[in-house]
Amino acid sequence: MLQAMRADDPFLDRYAHGTRGMTASEIRALFAVASRPEIVSLAGGMPFTAALPFDIIGEVVAEVVAKEGAAALQYLGGQGDPRLREALVDLMTYEGIHASGGEVVVTAGSQQALDLLARMFCDPGDVIIAEGPSYVGALSAFSQYQVEVRHVPLDDQGLDPEALGETLDQLSSEGKRVKFLYTVPNYHNPAGVTMHAERRGRVLDLARRHNVLIVEDNPYGRLGFEGDPPPALRASDAENVVYLGSLSKVFCPGLRVGWALVPPALCERLILVKEAADLCSSSFAQSVAYRYFAHYPWRETLKALRDVYRERRDAMLDALDEDFPAGAKWSRPQGGFYVWLELPERLDARAMLAKAIAARVAYVPGGAFYADGQGSSQIRLSYCFPPPNRIREGIRRLADVVAEELDLVHALGGIPRMDGAVDDSPPAGWGGVQ
Amino acid sequence: MSFECSVAVIAGGLSFEREISLRSGRRVADALRERGYGVMELDADHQLVESLRGGGFDAAFVALHGRFGEDGTVAALLELLGLPYTGSTFDASRLAFDKLAAKSVLGRAGMHVPLAIPVAEGALRELGMGALLDRAMSELGLPVVVKPNRGGSALGVRLVDRADQLPAALMSSFGYDDTVLLERYVAGTELALSVVDGLAPLPAVEIRPKEGWYDFAARYTHGAVDFRAPAELEPDVAASCFETARAAHLALGCRDLSRADVILDSDGVCWVLEVNTGPGLTSTSLVPMAADAAGISFADLTVHLTNRAIARHPR
Repeated sequence: MLQAMRADDPFLDRYAHGTRGMTASEIRALFAVASRPEIVSLAGGMPFTAALPFDIIGEVVAEVVAKEGAAALQYLGGQGDPRLREALVDLMTYEGIHASGGEVVVTAGSQQALDLLARMFCDPGDVIIAEGPSYVGALSAFSQYQVEVRHVPLDDQGLDPEALGETLDQLSSEGKRVKFLYTVPNYHNPAGVTMHAERRGRVLDLARRHNVLIVEDNPYGRLGFEGDPPPALRASDAENVVYLGSLSKVFCPGLRVGWALVPPALCERLILVKEAADLCSSSFAQSVAYRYFAHYPWRETLKALRDVYRERRDAMLDALDEDFPAGAKWSRPQGGFYVWLELPERLDARAMLAKAIAARVAYVPGGAFYADGQGSSQIRLSYCFPPPNRIREGIRRLADVVAEELDLVHALGGIPRMDGAVDDSPPAGWGGVQ
Repeated sequence: MSFECSVAVIAGGLSFEREISLRSGRRVADALRERGYGVMELDADHQLVESLRGGGFDAAFVALHGRFGEDGTVAALLELLGLPYTGSTFDASRLAFDKLAAKSVLGRAGMHVPLAIPVAEGALRELGMGALLDRAMSELGLPVVVKPNRGGSALGVRLVDRADQLPAALMSSFGYDDTVLLERYVAGTELALSVVDGLAPLPAVEIRPKEGWYDFAARYTHGAVDFRAPAELEPDVAASCFETARAAHLALGCRDLSRADVILDSDGVCWVLEVNTGPGLTSTSLVPMAADAAGISFADLTVHLTNRAIARHPR
């Protein structure tokens, strides 16, 4: 009585190709522990929602129910609440964008816009160009459509136009179809850098010349600690840039309100794709967001949030300066949530994570932010959520772990460069890392 | 609603196998509820003792894996509380969890265990043991399995085919324990042998990873491995494998449940790699699979283990 068994998942042979990378991984098992309160998590990119004015938000919600309950609890057109779309247009003027609400499509966070755009544009095998490193959630969204992500390096001035030009030439000589360039120009996740104004012009020119659409993702633009970032790419090119905005960082992620500002030629199709996906984003959340931004002093809340994040950024950079062993390099973000750090002597960030968590501190290994196996000795550190004293403590713990790892590497006489990384889980396995 | 029996299912904890343990615990709790037991799921955290004390439980089902659980820590705590619990006592758990110590016991009891050389992080850092790794490698031959001395679910376990891969593999393994074993690789059929006290021998489960080896991802990803339950073994071979597992269970002093991971080589020798006193009980785990192949449902298995614990109740 012999029988072949395949564990007990009866749907195994039915899953779509795009979800097959979503496997269990050692790193995910470690993160299950990292969420425990004993551990200083410098891993997640959660906004500090405890600083929000709950009394005001309570008023807004009550107002929505009292004044427009029936409509706010009803379906809505797929493009989103027209009042909110106008408010979002106002919100974008600070970075030089002039648009109309008719060009805006409201989405469930900008994360949904990433999914919808990849769905709208990409067939299996198509190429998306992204910064290296790039936002892990975007890589996850793209990987569902079996695209090939080509990374273009960035430095402290952001995406390198020189390298972008070379990549575009290379891809066209390979006969590959590039569907779009995905970029986070301001306070980059995970790299913490901002694209220089002069580079923005060059990137726009290159994209035009190669007939490649730009997807500009800007969730952090209003979280500048040293003044505002340069004008958006979209400010100079309304025809070839899709701009993605989000209320997650300037207000809160729980409402799931983001948006895409799209060239007129794309708008109708995006609305159809959006309606096919989920009919419409939450009308209730949109009403709350509209009233909050139209009638309440949201700039004050934003300023308070910015002050919180600035203090935490300072705490992290000070602690890194004081405690970290020589040989490590890190970005000095002027806004946003993240510091990107290169470990000394090519220490393996994945191999080190178990030790770090045992020492009660967590980070995200850099490999998560690449689709092609780079980033093994890089890590992302978030300062957005823990208070400054915890950040300092976390960096101290991490510095000790790094120092111990260096000792061990020296005792082993160095680590030869390996081909084929260990535990090379694909980005799709990183669901949930913001 | 009142229940005849009230059981605390302890899962989670701070071990790196937290997520797996939570899955095991959830499944156990569901099965017990289905059979009419009153169940409370408890995380192994600061509140554990307080919750156990105040809970009026008849027994605890320990569904912990890895440190602070499978290593006997919680068993010791439960002994002190006087609450009967499923699985092995502190001594046996601790012994089995320490792969090197377990190897000596099993070796002395006449079982075949692959040769292993321990490498302590301190010996590398303070005593210059790095200079001797070449010698260790030549003694073991390639490939070599690098694994944390204490730990489970193949976390930190690396298969080294070339000598220059050793340092990186050691770095990964040291993340999980400060002593790492370099173990001689034994080629053959990978089998999981479940021993449940009070039940007839359960069939062996054969593990055939579709690619690579039975690493963490393969263990917990549906469909990454082809399992054969029962394994395709001649009856006498199957019986002798089971005898090996039972002998290992007894030699280490295990109670209620254990799972021996073995390799059956081409000469028919059954090499014991390790014995788990807190084996996984998730939907991709091996013990439930073996029980299922013997016609024992997961709920029956869970109830059997729970009732054994309850029967030990001092009252």
